[in-house]
Amino acid sequence: MIAALIIVFREVFEAGLVIGIVLAVTQGVPRRAVWISGGVAAGVLGSCLMAAFAGVISQAFAGSGQELVNAAVLAVAVVMLTWHNVWMARHGRELAAEFRAAGEAVVSGSKSVAALAVVVCVAVLREGFEVVMFLYGVLATEGATGLEVLTGGIAGMLLGALVCAATYFGMLTIPQRYLFGVTSFMIALLAAGMAAQAIGFLEQANVVLALDRVAWDSSWLLSDSSILGRVLRTLIGYNDRPTVMQLTVYCATLAVMFSLMKLLAPPPRGRHPVTA
Amino acid sequence: MNRIAPTGLRIGLLGLGAALALTTAAIPAPGAFAQDAAQLVISVKDHKFDPAELEAPAGKPLVLRVKNLDPTPMEFESNSLRVEKVLTGNGEAVINIRPQAAGRYDFFDDFHASTTKGVLVVK
Repeated sequence: MIAALIIVFREVFEAGLVIGIVLAVTQGVPRRAVWISGGVAAGVLGSCLMAAFAGVISQAFAGSGQELVNAAVLAVAVVMLTWHNVWMARHGRELAAEFRAAGEAVVSGSKSVAALAVVVCVAVLREGFEVVMFLYGVLATEGATGLEVLTGGIAGMLLGALVCAATYFGMLTIPQRYLFGVTSFMIALLAAGMAAQAIGFLEQANVVLALDRVAWDSSWLLSDSSILGRVLRTLIGYNDRPTVMQLTVYCATLAVMFSLMKLLAPPPRGRHPVTA
Repeated sequence: MNRIAPTGLRIGLLGLGAALALTTAAIPAPGAFAQDAAQLVISVKDHKFDPAELEAPAGKPLVLRVKNLDPTPMEFESNSLRVEKVLTGNGEAVINIRPQAAGRYDFFDDFHASTTKGVLVVK
């Protein structure tokens, strides 16, 4: 039971971190609960579908189907996170200032929540797939002891939900005036980490071959598989053996995101935006 | 303000399109790459790797074919080789490994990490 708890918790907890951040970012956006729980539900459904077709996916693309699906799903999340950050750079401040007053802003606010709901869906899908595969295997073959494992699995999920809540409430303690800056920065790092992870999958699929030298090995200092390593992997994309290509893509993602945010941010004269 | 949201969306879609195009354009690569790779086979039965120790030449790409003979799913994983892949019960998977320096590389089934362990010896 403990083994099951640990396996499930390890997967759920990464999704929990992402959902916690998204909840904090969307603080005050109307109907965000619907969007985010929709994202979670879609992710769970997707996990089950992916598990059901795991054999087919695995055999696709010369046996690299699973890697390519992982990479594609991560790429979608990176695009959504980028879009969210750019959109917030454009509208975030006015939004925070006149949230309840401007009906238009509220509508636009939901657009940005939709992007983040997709990110939540992706996070749940990626981790959920492994949980479903693991629990299915246990239930299908181990009968009576299966129940015990299932209990462990459910306990693991509850602990994951706790991580989500802790992240959320932790972030809410950040003073309001810093919150926007902090969350944009966190989302940028989240996106860069996901982009590097996507490259990792493309490397495993032999699709990306360039710059595949491992840049450093810091596993002696902080292993990817330790708890702190996993937290940092999710939050900032920590990797104890990144390839040069992964580092390049990590930096490029940050550069593209911050340039877009700067480029599309409202000009300084627009301090008091006129409502059309 | 109205005109900007579509711009952002267009950039998002462009990026998405580019990512997908990149992925699909590059797919023929595996075949060409696999030709000079060393082929390895390992199976899993009763949550044990057979053989538990594999040997491979250093500095050559490797293609490891994993056969899961158990009815339960497994996740082949190695931190040192930087691979992870979920296998269905009675499923098979091809795992591509980059050229490695001489050394010992651990791998395991992440779903049964205490029983299913193996090592790849590269020399």
